[in-house]
Order: sequence, then C-alpha cells, then structure tokens
Amino acid sequence: MLLRHTTAEIKPREALTVNPAKTCQPIGALYAALGIHGCLPHSHGSQGCCSYHRSALTRHYKEPIMAGTSSFTEGSSVFGGQMNLVAAINNMFTIYDPEVIAIHTTCLSETIGDDIPQIVSKAAEEGKIPKGKCVIHANTPSYVGSHVTGFSAMCAQTLRQLAAPAQIKECRFNVIPGWVEPGDMREIKRLLKAMKLPFTLFPDTSDVLDAPQTGHHEMYPKGGTTIPAIRSMGAAERTFCLGEWASQAAGEALFKYCQVPFEVLDLPIGIRATDRFLSALTEYSGFTVPDSITDERGRLVDMITDMQQYLYGKRVALWGDPDWLIPLAEFLSDIDMKPVYIVSGTAGKSFDERLGKILGSVVPEAKFQNGERADMFLMHQWIKQEGVDLLIGNSYGKYIARDEDTPYVRMGFPIYDRVGHSYFPSVGYAGGMRLLEKILSVIMDKQDRDAPEESFELVM
Amino acid sequence: MAVPFIAEREKQVHVLGEKPFDMACEKKSAAGAVSQRACVFCGSRVVLYPIADALHIVHGPIGCAAYTWDIRGSMSSGPELHRLSFSTDLRERDIVFGGEGKLYASLLSLVERYQPKAAFVYATCIVGVIGDDVDAVCRKAQEATGIPVIPVHSEGFKGTKKDGYKAACRALMSLVGTGDTSGIGRVSINILGEFNLAGEAWDIRAYYERIGVEVVSILTGDGRVDEIRRAHGASLNVVQCSGALSPLAQEMKEKYGIPFIRVSYFGLEDTAKSLYDVADFFKDDNGEVGEKAKTLVREETERVYPRLKEYAKKLRGKKAAIYVGGAFKAFSLIKILRYLGMEVALVGSQTGTREDYEQFAAMCQPGTAIVDDSNPLELSHFVAEKGIDLFIGGVKERPIAYKIGVGFCDHNHERKIPLAGFEGMVNFAKEVASSVLSPVWKWVPRKKAGGREE
Repeated sequence: MLLRHTTAEIKPREALTVNPAKTCQPIGALYAALGIHGCLPHSHGSQGCCSYHRSALTRHYKEPIMAGTSSFTEGSSVFGGQMNLVAAINNMFTIYDPEVIAIHTTCLSETIGDDIPQIVSKAAEEGKIPKGKCVIHANTPSYVGSHVTGFSAMCAQTLRQLAAPAQIKECRFNVIPGWVEPGDMREIKRLLKAMKLPFTLFPDTSDVLDAPQTGHHEMYPKGGTTIPAIRSMGAAERTFCLGEWASQAAGEALFKYCQVPFEVLDLPIGIRATDRFLSALTEYSGFTVPDSITDERGRLVDMITDMQQYLYGKRVALWGDPDWLIPLAEFLSDIDMKPVYIVSGTAGKSFDERLGKILGSVVPEAKFQNGERADMFLMHQWIKQEGVDLLIGNSYGKYIARDEDTPYVRMGFPIYDRVGHSYFPSVGYAGGMRLLEKILSVIMDKQDRDAPEESFELVM
Repeated sequence: MAVPFIAEREKQVHVLGEKPFDMACEKKSAAGAVSQRACVFCGSRVVLYPIADALHIVHGPIGCAAYTWDIRGSMSSGPELHRLSFSTDLRERDIVFGGEGKLYASLLSLVERYQPKAAFVYATCIVGVIGDDVDAVCRKAQEATGIPVIPVHSEGFKGTKKDGYKAACRALMSLVGTGDTSGIGRVSINILGEFNLAGEAWDIRAYYERIGVEVVSILTGDGRVDEIRRAHGASLNVVQCSGALSPLAQEMKEKYGIPFIRVSYFGLEDTAKSLYDVADFFKDDNGEVGEKAKTLVREETERVYPRLKEYAKKLRGKKAAIYVGGAFKAFSLIKILRYLGMEVALVGSQTGTREDYEQFAAMCQPGTAIVDDSNPLELSHFVAEKGIDLFIGGVKERPIAYKIGVGFCDHNHERKIPLAGFEGMVNFAKEVASSVLSPVWKWVPRKKAGGREE
C-alpha cells in the first residue's frame, strides 16, 4: 500500500510539511490572469516555475496553458532581472501580440528585489509596449501565502491598475467569483442573468480553459473578461466578492481606488450559501428569484429528502481551499452528514471562526486546521485514528482513499486524474445536485460492492 | 506561411533543404518565449527521485515539492517513500533569517520516522540566493543520523536541466564506491539512465539476465541505495538516455576505470544492437553471452514481427512530429517510425547539441523541420502546415496536439505503458495506431492554413 508509512500516532512537527494541502502563489496569479481576455501571463523568475505551473494547469484542465518566462540565469539573480523582463515584454508583444501581459513574480525575483513597475516603465520608455496595450503585475513570492493568495493578489492588482474611477456610477455590478472552475463561472453568470442583474464577472475563465475543440490551437480563446470591461468596473454600483480568501482583496481595491462599495459572500455552494447569494442579488436587482431557479432549489431539496437515508451520520473528511471548504462543510452538515476532518494549507483566522460557528453545535467532534503543518499527512493520521465514510478533496487524496478503502469524490485543485470538474458546476443549486449525485454514487457503489449476496439490493 | 518565430530564434528553427544547414542550439531560452524547458531542479529530480529507499526532501518554498509530487511513471518493486512529498516549506521569516535550522530539524525527524538508507536534500532557487549552507547542514545531519545525507545543488536558475543532471550525478558519486563489491562477477554491468518508467527497467534487466550478464545496479530506476554503493564493482556501464547519467559514467571511468558505452532500447534495431554491444564487450570473458544474445534477439523478433507488420500496414505514409527533452531518444524514434512506414516531418528537442542536430539533418528528408528549444506557437504552426497525423512529446505538447486534432503518443516521463525493448516496440506501434487511426478525429473541423474547412 502506498501510504503504509503513515502512523496513527501524531507527533508535533516543528519544521516539516508532508504531502501539502496547498501550493505556491504564482500558479494562482497565472490562473487569474488567464481569466482576462487576450492576456498572456508572464512568470518573472526561473524557467522551472513557469514550466511547472503550466504543466500543473495543463494536467488539471487538459488544455494548453500559455505563459512567458523571464528565464532567469545566475547572472540575472545577481544583477537583477530587468534585462530579461524588458526583452521578454518586447518578444511577447512582437510575436504573441496579446492585449495585456500580466506579470507575476516568484520567490527569486522578489528576494533579489526587482522593482517591476520601474522595469515596466523602462520598457514603455523604450517603446516596447505597443499603443493600446498594457502591462500589469502582481507581487506573488512563493514563500508567502498559498496559491489562493496569489490568485487574490492578481485579481486585486489587476483592478487597482486597470479599473477607472468614475464619479457617476452605472447600474452595473461587479462579481468576483473567486478560484472556481470555468463551469462554475458559467453557472454564476447563468444565475446572474436569471436574476436580471447587469454584471461584469472578473476573472472569467469560461471559454478560456474549457474551450471547444475546433482543430485550431487558439493562443487567445474567445473567453475572458475584456480590458474595456475591467476598466468599467470602477463605475459599477457595487462589488460582490465570492469567497473571502480569493476575492475580498479585489473588492477592497475597487473600494479604495474607485469608491465602489463591496460585500463579501460565501461561494454559493450548497443550499444556504446559494440562498444567501441570491438574496444579496435580489436586494440590488429589484427582481425576485424567478420560478425557474426556485424550482431548481426544489429539485435539490427533493433529491436530498429522497436519498437522506444514505447520508445521515456519514463522517466526511475534506481538504482544499477555505473558500469552498466552508460552504461545503455547511452544506454537508445541512444534509445531515458529519464533516469531521477539515484541512487546508492556506492560512487565515476566519477558517477556525467560521467552521466553529457552522459546526460547533451539530458536529462538536469536528477537527479542523489550516495554515502551516495542516497537510494531507495530518489528515491521514486523523483518519488512521478514527476512519471516515467519505473523502472530498483534490487528486492527492486518492492514496488515502485506496489505503483506507474509503469512497472518494474529487473537488478542488488540482484534479489530475478525472475530467468533468472544469465543465460542470459545483456552485448553485444545479451544482449542489451534481455534488450530491457524486457523493451518493460513491457511497452506494461501496454499499453494493460490500453487500453479502442476500443483502444485495436492486432498489436503493 | 511564414514561421512565427521570435527574431533571435531564427537559427534555432530550420527546414531541411531550404538553406545550408547551420543550427544554433544550447542557448539560454529567449526571455518571453513560451519555452517548454524546465529548470535545474527538474533535471536533478528526474535522475534521483526513482531511488526508492532514500528520502527526498526539497529545501525551498512549497511549490517546487508540490508540483513534482508523484508525477512520474517511475515504478518501484518495493519501498514507495519517494512518492511522498517532503518540503521545508520555507516562509518569509525563513527567507529573512535563513532556513538552515528548519532543514536540520526536518532531516532529523524524517530520518527517525522513516529510517531511509540515505537522504537527498535538493536546494532550490531561493536557497541559492539567501545563502543557506546546505552542505554544512547535511554534514551535521549525517553525523547525527549515521546515514549518508547528500546535498544536491539544484538551484533552478543556475542553468538548464543538463546542469541538474550534473548536480545529480555528483550526488550519486558520493554514494558509489562506499559499498562492498565482493561476489560480483566479471560479466557484470550497471544500467545507467534507465528510470523504470512503466516498468521498462524490469524488462531490460530480464534481457540481460537471460543472456547471462549480471546487473549490479540500475541507476536509478527501482533504485536502492545499497546497490548504488557497490556499483563500482561492475565491469561496464551501459548508458542510455541523452546522457542524463553521462557525467556519472565519465567520473566512474576516471575514478574506477570502468568503461561505458551508449545504447538505446527503443526499437528492434537499437535494442538488438545494445545487447550485441554488451555481449561483444564480454566476448573474451564468456563467449556464450554473444550466442545467447543472438538467440534472444531472434526469438523476440520472431515473436513481435507479425504484429508489427500488421500495424505498419495501417500506418504507412502517416506523418509524425517528435519533440523531446534530450535528443538521443529522437534518433531511435525516427528509426522506429520509418520501420512502421511513417514519415517524420518535424523533429526537435529542448536540450540538443550541435552534433545531435547535425545527425537529425543527416537522418531526415528535405522539408523536415528541425527545431531547438521550441514553443507552442512554432510547434502548432508546423503541425498544421506539415499535415501531421501523430505528435510524440510530453505533458505540455499533448493538449496542443489534441486541440489541433492530431494523434498523440506520450513518450515522456509520465508514460504508463512500457515502450522499450521488443514488446515495448509493439506497445508503441499499438499506441500510435490507436491514436492516429482513431475515429474521433473525424469530429474535428480541420482548417488548412488558408482557412478552408475540410
């Protein structure tokens, strides 16, 4: 068995991370940048970084991922990466002709102290930035935060650098969807349209990372929030930030620089979080939730009540990013399951506070930890002490699932070994139904597999 | 249609027959080119990670370890320690105050928990910049734990993957020579540059044992520290792969007088040649090895030939593109594809040398495009322009091939199907045929350059 090395006895670890439940900032910045139309992301650091980030995103989305790299050498690490970056900007505009280049830094370029705005000005002075094009950047060293904070930083910085302040606000709303899949972004747009709320969604990776097969390799697929749309976000009436970790900073930036008020909502995963999301929208759109959506909710509730016998009391272990772990934990407890182990490598105090409130009375035995030393190894040790009935998380959980023979649903990032996650939503009522179908499927498959002949049921 | 290349890359893209051959290569990637290359750490890791009973810990921020967590098809017949991901997860305060203490504490707690035979510590970019003395920490840890704790100087920016290979070889050299070689016979070899992807090392080892050659160690597929320690007891080093392990073979020759030969196990011709070359080396020690090699090659070829003939019938005239990391593999691939009746319209590598490219030029027809350190724009241009039916490459090339609507064969380190040796050749033909001849490509609206829809 692959994880035969995991012991049930938990010894405190001062210094070591084993099987991490997070990864580093730059990849988040890369993903966010891909949600801008006509954008070529650029990694200011060693070639390895860019290569790994592209490979990781390719394995997750099964799509080609484009990004430039400054290809740091020993020389650049000593004398600074200015020459490389200016050359890169020139090469990228000349040959790849993007609308915008979104630069993110890496541990290397941050530590040697490269001043990106200064380098970009130099490139502009030297005429390397064609008229009408722009270069934006975010500082995302890998030794701070996690992939989620990198995503958040790129979103916030894009808005800070591009959104145009406006005295007169228009009747339009900004929605920052957070780190979700293209399929989720589509679903959020569908719900916004159903609520008749004029909106700008940023970032938007739908039709970028779930692009159809056309026989053509499109460097810049048709999706993504356009630059003019991003600029206009400064004139919106309000910003809805979905997910505190990934989206709040973007809302704060729009408030600080463009005076657009914002509110932070949970990712609409599960019944209550989706209710809260739609409620918030109703307040501003002036329209009530249409019947078509209410019916969707009804179908989800119907599904839950029909299958509740397979759900109640089931112990669940989850790991991933706080923004979706929190509403998912709420959803699971609402359908009478018990999220007992929750781990995230991304730090942040509200994790404990929110989960404490959500689970305190219904699942008092729940163990949750985030930040340093909160890794998959710890999760596995908890499971070795007392097992669970279901695992929900990224592909790295498959070793635990196999070792402990536990039903397993993939969610989060990265998912390298199944498809569907980028096309079909987990948000909204429709997403809730999909999650429920997957959860029930694996639990009931196991029941069928383990049932002795006499209890092997046709009707379940 | 003009090739969309970056001006400074002009000499790294050549179409045979158009101009006199003069290729530039082994250059740093042009900044901003979407190069498919990786870094020094990547090179070191691919060489050392398959050592299954050693501990591998990455000293750096979380990314380097996270992105390389169990992404390789390198298989082990025993311990799976190398498939866990260990990192010192350096944070801002470690960057400011140094991470040596953290590294030391991690090493001690890991060695105590897992009892590995050795530990490898990989330095990453940031460690090179902040100046952590990884060598000193490793020495201290070695004294404290009693096992070899070996630093690997794999800081990403120090060069390319090739420099990573050199750093890995240096690390291996510190183990070679520390073990007991008694009992090793004269007719013995080490297999270098074989990483046991999809179990290929097991097949190759089986061939050698069948012809009476003892395999002392495999560097590094299904690797064990103790075997590596006694590698200096072998009489010959058999080196494959583009020379990821060449620096080690070179050093072993200088230090222990062990000669080395270069071989390839891809394709019938090259696999046979490898066995014959090894047999030839030992002909004075044991004449039977040569006879057994001939028998093995005849038996295996007879076994696979009928199936290969079937595939060749179906694949005749199809066109292939090859883009690999090191150039060596491409030579074998060109031969195999020809054997199957296919044409090679594009060949390139990330790290080829001048000699490599000259050899491509000699092997290929006019009109073939040869590229060095290419990028998606160039690759997709040629795939569309040359009417490619099959792309052979790695993880970053696959989605491009699929987007354009052509077949793909993963010949990279993620592969799950053994492609080396005799049976491997049949697997390759089968995979190529299934992909190229698949009905799914009918659904792709193919656009020729010029915009006509088929």
